[in-house]
Amino acid sequence: MADIVLEELSKRFPNGFEAVKRLSLAIGESELLVLVGPSGCGKTTALRMIAGLEDITSGELFIGGRRMNDVLERDRDIAMVFQNYALYPHMTVAQNIAFSLRLGKVPKHEIRERVRETATLLGLEGLLDRRPKQLSGGQKQRVAMGRAIVRQPQVFLMDEPLSNLDAQLRVQMRGEIEALQKRLGVTTVYVTHDQVEALTMGDRIAVLRDGELQQVGGPAEVYDRPANLFVAGFIGSPPMNLAHGTVEANGATAIRLGATTLPVPDEVAREHGLDAYRGRRVIVGVRPEDLHGPESGNGHGPARLPAAIDRVESVGASLLVHFAVDAPDAKSAALAAMTGGEALEATQLAGGAGSSFCASFEPRSGIRVGDALEVAVDTARLHFFDPETERTTRPSSP
Amino acid sequence: MSAVEAVAAAPGRRLRRRHRTVGALPKLTALLILAVIVLMPVYVLVVTSLKTVTETDVSHAWSLPGVWTTEAWSEAWRQLSPYLENSMELVIPATVLSTLLGSLNGFVLSKWRFPGADVVFTFFLFGMFIPYQAVMIPLAQLFDHVSFPQGIPRLIFAHVVYGIPITALIFRNYYATIPNDLMEAARMDRAGMFRTFWSVVLPISMPAFVVAAIWQFTSIWNDFLFAVFVVTDPNQWPVTVALNNVTGSMVTPYNLQMAAALLASLPTLLVYVLLGRYFMRGLMAGALKG
Repeated sequence: MADIVLEELSKRFPNGFEAVKRLSLAIGESELLVLVGPSGCGKTTALRMIAGLEDITSGELFIGGRRMNDVLERDRDIAMVFQNYALYPHMTVAQNIAFSLRLGKVPKHEIRERVRETATLLGLEGLLDRRPKQLSGGQKQRVAMGRAIVRQPQVFLMDEPLSNLDAQLRVQMRGEIEALQKRLGVTTVYVTHDQVEALTMGDRIAVLRDGELQQVGGPAEVYDRPANLFVAGFIGSPPMNLAHGTVEANGATAIRLGATTLPVPDEVAREHGLDAYRGRRVIVGVRPEDLHGPESGNGHGPARLPAAIDRVESVGASLLVHFAVDAPDAKSAALAAMTGGEALEATQLAGGAGSSFCASFEPRSGIRVGDALEVAVDTARLHFFDPETERTTRPSSP
Repeated sequence: MSAVEAVAAAPGRRLRRRHRTVGALPKLTALLILAVIVLMPVYVLVVTSLKTVTETDVSHAWSLPGVWTTEAWSEAWRQLSPYLENSMELVIPATVLSTLLGSLNGFVLSKWRFPGADVVFTFFLFGMFIPYQAVMIPLAQLFDHVSFPQGIPRLIFAHVVYGIPITALIFRNYYATIPNDLMEAARMDRAGMFRTFWSVVLPISMPAFVVAAIWQFTSIWNDFLFAVFVVTDPNQWPVTVALNNVTGSMVTPYNLQMAAALLASLPTLLVYVLLGRYFMRGLMAGALKG
């Protein structure tokens, strides 16, 4: 197995478009790193540069300590799983899986053995004589995995391998791929636009936007300590509520959100470096699950937001409650462009200047549209961002 | 549409279909008339070829033979069979070579692209519009200059070269419908250019091969101009040139000429009958996805 190191990797296409900008990443041996971001963020281009399907404009790529910039794709010992599976339509499942071994001049009996092993591993034993046309989406996906696994390569690259499957199968295959990767211990780079996939599968997650790395870290770190406004809004579903607020100039630390003032505990203020922002505007972020309804009692401190409920959505395990907050909306420009419709809707709901918050409540809390109530804010779990730089206000953050 | 809806809609649809048949009557009549006009010469051709030479005069061109005979066919076969053989010796290698070249060209022009591929392709397209007449003399001079083997080989070479633009176009358009992922998967599986072509692309090229082969077979078989100009030895004439020289002893043997013409066109007819449905499917391959 091998580690992968990207040093200031850049890709500029002939038309001048810079898809990847000085991307530096170190992917450890046997690690599963997820590259995640909205479409057009450069994640697939980055993957294709590692694969050797795309030339590297500048920067350096090392796999297992060897510089790979000028090494042909076939000599990089990498296997790739494609979004559309890219199975050879005229070959049977067995031939598809065996193709790379045949080219690698592996002896016939060994090919047979390895194809059988791989098929057993993936539950494809009964399908070896079928052609891709006769397979379901999930089976095709497995064959594509088999084609990669059978090579026993140093590195797996996966380009949105689950995006063509229906939701249920996707969840199942997600688990299977993750288990398989752990079992084989092959260093893997996994590209997806689906942040749920990223959070559930990745040992670490690298968030990309417009070709630039935003943050890299474990799923919990990226979720709990987003480095900037973009990551905060992109990771998590429903997304983090973001609004402009002001840090009170004097007295105990508190945040003014419109007409409401939320007291902030000292240690939270210290952790987030809020003293430096006294009397200044900040962007306040709070995840829907850190807003609590009246049914959850008074265990959440004194911070309350008055809420007139605009919309209630039941998603089974929870009740999503939408209400207006009279503080300006603070989704970053990039995010607003990405979720255009939603942001617009939110602005309309909030009556133009305000923002719309979403809270995730107990499914049977009995809240209805038109209810007026006080929503408890878990202030220990607030996020703060500088409105100028859009970066977190945490002083320790890199 | 669900099954229930389909059942419910069925009577309405049947009504509509009957309505359509009535409405189509004038259209069908017009088509029938046109078909008859097109087929009239064929009728004369067939009928005349089955007459004796004494019956073949212009005033009786439309009447059926008084005596049905295949005499003319036998004579045509006797005179033409060596030339039919020549034509086969020409058309088979020329078709195989030019379709193979076409598929290689189409492959590098669409799936294994090189810098400037589009410019090269544009030049290929120009090649299609150069008339035979424009290159005949330079071609002959070139052949003499390099002492190219006389006769059929020269003709094969000329047709293979002339076939490159159209076959490249057919294959390029067909390959454009194959997902790029397939090529990249082959690259990741450590296949080089020729291996990818041979193991991945060629096996799924059948529809394009059929289209290109029919096209080339027909146009090479039917060619007269190159053949009459390039092949100087009458023993190596393909059938189209020989057809021009089919003669009888005293009168103009219309029956013989008709039989010979039909005989000479049978192979192309056969190719269409046997491969026609693949031809349509191949032509449609670019239009429909999947």
